[in-house]
Amino acid sequence: MNSELMVHSANQIAQFFASYPHEEGVAGVADHIQKFWEKRMRQQLREYIAQGGSGLNELALEAAKRLG
Amino acid sequence: MPVIKEVDYGTPLSIAKTLVTLEIDGKPITVPSGTSVMRAAVEAGVQVPKLCATDNMEAFGSCRLCLVEIEGRRGTPASCTTPAEPGMKVRTQTPKLAKLRRGVMELYISDHPLDCLTCAANGDCELQDMAGVVGLREVRYGYDGANHLQAAKDESNPYFTFDPAKCIVCSRCVRACEEVQGTFALTIEGRGFESKVAAGNHNFLDSECVSCGACVQACPTATLVEKSVIEQGQAEHSVLTTCAYCGVGCSFKAEMKGNEVVRMVPFKDGKANHGHSCVKGRFAWGYTTHKDRILKPMIRAKTTDPWQEVSWEEAIGYAASEFKRIQAKYGQDSIGGITSSRCTNEESYLVQKLIRAAFGNNNTDTCARVCHSPTGYGLNATFGTSAGTQDFDSVDHADVIMVIGANPTDAHPVFASQMKRRLREGARLIVIDPRQIDLVKMPHVEASHHLALRPGTNVAVMNAISHVIVTEGLVDETFVKDFCETEAFERWRKFVAAERNSPETMAPITGVPAADIRAAARLYATGNGAIYYGLGVTEHAQGSTMVMALANLAMATGNLGRPGVGVNPLRGQNNVQGSCDMGAFPHEFTGYRHVSNEGVRRSFEQDWGVTLRADPGLRISNMLDAAVEGTFKGLYVQGEDIAQSDPNTKHVTAGLAAMECVVIQDMFLNETAMYAHVFLPGSSFLEKDGTFTNAERRLGMVRKAIPPTAGLADWEITMALSNALGYPMHYNHPSEIMDEIARLTPTFAGVSYQKLDELGSIQWPCNEKAPEGTPVMHIGGFARGKGRFMVTEFVATDERTSGRFPLILTTGRILSQYNVGAQTRRTENNIWHHEDVLEIHPFDAENRGIRDGDLVAIASRAGETTLRADVTERIQPGVVYTTFHHPVTGANVLTTEFSDWATSCPEYKVTAVEVRLAKRMSEWQEHYLETRRQTTQIQGAGATK
Repeated sequence: MNSELMVHSANQIAQFFASYPHEEGVAGVADHIQKFWEKRMRQQLREYIAQGGSGLNELALEAAKRLG
Repeated sequence: MPVIKEVDYGTPLSIAKTLVTLEIDGKPITVPSGTSVMRAAVEAGVQVPKLCATDNMEAFGSCRLCLVEIEGRRGTPASCTTPAEPGMKVRTQTPKLAKLRRGVMELYISDHPLDCLTCAANGDCELQDMAGVVGLREVRYGYDGANHLQAAKDESNPYFTFDPAKCIVCSRCVRACEEVQGTFALTIEGRGFESKVAAGNHNFLDSECVSCGACVQACPTATLVEKSVIEQGQAEHSVLTTCAYCGVGCSFKAEMKGNEVVRMVPFKDGKANHGHSCVKGRFAWGYTTHKDRILKPMIRAKTTDPWQEVSWEEAIGYAASEFKRIQAKYGQDSIGGITSSRCTNEESYLVQKLIRAAFGNNNTDTCARVCHSPTGYGLNATFGTSAGTQDFDSVDHADVIMVIGANPTDAHPVFASQMKRRLREGARLIVIDPRQIDLVKMPHVEASHHLALRPGTNVAVMNAISHVIVTEGLVDETFVKDFCETEAFERWRKFVAAERNSPETMAPITGVPAADIRAAARLYATGNGAIYYGLGVTEHAQGSTMVMALANLAMATGNLGRPGVGVNPLRGQNNVQGSCDMGAFPHEFTGYRHVSNEGVRRSFEQDWGVTLRADPGLRISNMLDAAVEGTFKGLYVQGEDIAQSDPNTKHVTAGLAAMECVVIQDMFLNETAMYAHVFLPGSSFLEKDGTFTNAERRLGMVRKAIPPTAGLADWEITMALSNALGYPMHYNHPSEIMDEIARLTPTFAGVSYQKLDELGSIQWPCNEKAPEGTPVMHIGGFARGKGRFMVTEFVATDERTSGRFPLILTTGRILSQYNVGAQTRRTENNIWHHEDVLEIHPFDAENRGIRDGDLVAIASRAGETTLRADVTERIQPGVVYTTFHHPVTGANVLTTEFSDWATSCPEYKVTAVEVRLAKRMSEWQEHYLETRRQTTQIQGAGATK
């Protein structure tokens, strides 16, 4: 998917989990992406973060860094 | 089997628990209190003559044919209106009764055309039967008196004829319209001899009639009769099957003459529909023999080439070789497949098996992705099961019915009739919808509250309702304490109690007055509260959040775990539930178990004899994204039409156009087939065996009534493709596929075709704990153990109105058409809806100089199309509405890539648009028509399809 849509999707997930205590929220976002995003998408997210992760909100960024 | 004739008990079943014993013609019989003498007689094996009585409506007592004598009582009371009493001694056959009955029949027949031999109902006419039963031998009054024999026929309805000359004015049709369907389109006009059945506005077609067929079914003569019966005559055998339209899953008798369908008649013992039907299932089956059907496999190298008809072997072989070539060149993950909710469970199961085992990846998805995927996610998170909680009959016990983002009278009409009956009995109704759907106010039904929220604010409304529940002491504390996770509940309670979620704070966002929210919340918390919802809940950026919010509300008020309550998703298509159950999603196997679950995966690996992937595959939208990016090159599509149904048409078609091999398995050259390289002709529901699972988790049998017209049933095509790919599949019958599903899926462990034949249908879970299935779930505890409250913060969608796009477009469905319309557009249903129109409020129309019927252009940031304006106050100012049944309208040219955060379910219900007068079609429409012309040529066929 294009980077803009990827960032939008990751941020949407983070917005849901933002209501939870921080650690639970980070784990929730990471778990969701791990369970539902195909490996090309996860790889794209990792590469995007490596380039700075512009536009990703803090929770999404922190969770994405935990992806296996 | 011969034509099935269900027993007609004359009057409805009494559900009273107290019993009474009486004697009928010397036979003792014990029945529930409130049972009519007529019904008791039938149960005792005694037939009482009747004409105006039938057991799906209340007794009427007008025909005077069912008279009986009761010991110790004067006169000859009508057995249909006389309740059975203890010790009663009834006689149904005496010389006095025989004389009275013959006299009644003489009167009827004196004003009836004596054309039995040429009448369409010959052999299926209760009047004819009763004449025989009472021994009518003469009509003393003659036939020359005043009569109705010259009354004109009403043939306006495309499916049935009304011939008043044959009418005995028994009122069964009028009562069926009222009691069974709940439309009140018919009445008895005039008095005495002038009495006649009348539809408003002169004829049936122009009246309020919704063509459900209840009146035709109820008619004891040939007054109301199917045109197909007039043309073809009486059927000679029946095949019991399940409707292939909406998620109600009505049971039908396909009444056949050889391999021709004469008519489809709803089956009285069908547990989802109880003998009722709608215009689609009852009448709109003509598509199965439509000339547009493709009956030979076809291939082509490029989509601009004409199609070449080839043998099955060549088509399957070509598809397999292309998929292998693509995987060799672009990698194992470069192909995938999509199944449809229009397919059977067995077909969906085989497609996902083919993808996981033969393709070697998890790139499998189903069209539930774009409708109810948030239901699976939201209900699984809160309750532990991705399914609705109740059976349809549960609504009979509801005190308050909350309908949210659903339009049952159009999209689930047979269940809507059951719901309306309950509302007429006194249940209260809350409607939450931007539009004034019919349920808001219709004959004998009126919502207590219509919360006409702004599109995109569902979660805000639901949080506000929950705020009232929590802050006004309406929580069922005992239920929560006993059945829900305490910590999660306390967190949720604190969250919704916050002032930011109060109705007053939310009112400027939702557009719903705070007082209405408060009143609706208080009402819902009164007695049995049942929630019914549709795609107006799921097809939003917060679709999954909203499903969780509904689950929270039901848990907080203790409205779960018994009849009359629950959270009930109304599934759009016939097998949405089933396709999800069957593991068609890329992240999970059958029974909603994630592919990363090692134990589950190992069980499939052992059974299938392959190594399976533990990582999730691509969703439909991801497949298209990857195609545009060049990493996804091949797609197998069974029964789905993503080029019409999925959002942002330009993106969908760009993705399809970027692929090197698209294989379509369908009955018709649908919109997606314009981009296909292989076409495998599929079969209709009449041509194969299998099962559908409806919205109440009920598996119903689909039975083959005729052989597959193109030679192979769909499951056989998938099997052939798998074998050609080198992964062997050998099933002799779909029952063997179901046996495999049951073997691998704990919630289906007790399901088999044999049991389905015995029980008629089964609601899963069906296993050792529930050998005959589970009508109501979560009794005495949730599937996940304790119910889990989820925090559901409202997040406004990023799809915002602006100066350029100041209106919100929301899309939906209409009664007479079904989904992309591939089936219903090829029937007479087009008489009711031959084009998609744009509903626009008079205020917005006037501001733009638009009048009713004008051609208007509607544009979003994704695209532009044109259609006719329907200026109406059904829709609120600032919002416009249309349907997506016709491809040339292309409603999804407008919808965008925004979707639900959890499931990627598209945000169909919120698109910022502008509307203006138009003089011609949009560029996209012109391009579409030209592309269709170019890509649907069949070599040697001489015409496009």
